[in-house]
Amino acid sequence: MPTPIDRDQVQQLLEQGAQLVEVLPEDEYEYEHLPGAIDIPLKTLDAESVRALDRGRPVIVYCYDYQ
Amino acid sequence: MSPRAASRLESLGFAHVYDYVAGKADWASFGLPIEGTWHSGTRVGAHASTDVPACGPADRMFKVRERVRAAGWDTCFVTNERGVVLGRLGRTALNRDDDISVEEAMTLGPSTVRPSLELDKAVERMQKQNLTGLPVTRSDGVLVGVLRREDAERALPSSSTA
Repeated sequence: MPTPIDRDQVQQLLEQGAQLVEVLPEDEYEYEHLPGAIDIPLKTLDAESVRALDRGRPVIVYCYDYQ
Repeated sequence: MSPRAASRLESLGFAHVYDYVAGKADWASFGLPIEGTWHSGTRVGAHASTDVPACGPADRMFKVRERVRAAGWDTCFVTNERGVVLGRLGRTALNRDDDISVEEAMTLGPSTVRPSLELDKAVERMQKQNLTGLPVTRSDGVLVGVLRREDAERALPSSSTA
């Protein structure tokens, strides 16, 4: 089960080499995103689109807020 | 949306998946850097003056008054030990000559904005409400600084100011 984390934990995981993934549509990603994040919109999240991710490193996903 | 994405990633075989449920709204409102078209430089946090004086509620007004004047400010924020804004000393309080505690003189609960607020919206608010500045606090209430109207207007493209 995915682990919910807060802002401090995000920063700690990033220091340890985690990957950041925004799952909002591309226009919202272009508007604003966390430094270093890549965009894989939820609607396109499949075996093909996740090839950009390293399976050996933690992955942090986020969207705008608690929606 | 992110819980569904996190579960989807797990179903695709990722073993270490974390969900930052509060998302980029939380990140930006804490004053952390943002990239993109509306990057941090277009937000209030990048233009706030961070040298605004602060004091504690138990401080005495005569000392605070001297320090604020020496620093060239006409306002001072009252914060607790964690930097959370409790109140504000404005011109009226700073111009008094009695020696009372800051807690007795301060105005409680000043309105604040987040560092993530877009600069043009902050300017619009100051112009509409005829304000010379806006206090800026992070989402946990910690003081960032003050956005001065003159600084904010100068930072905007000329077509954006009234």
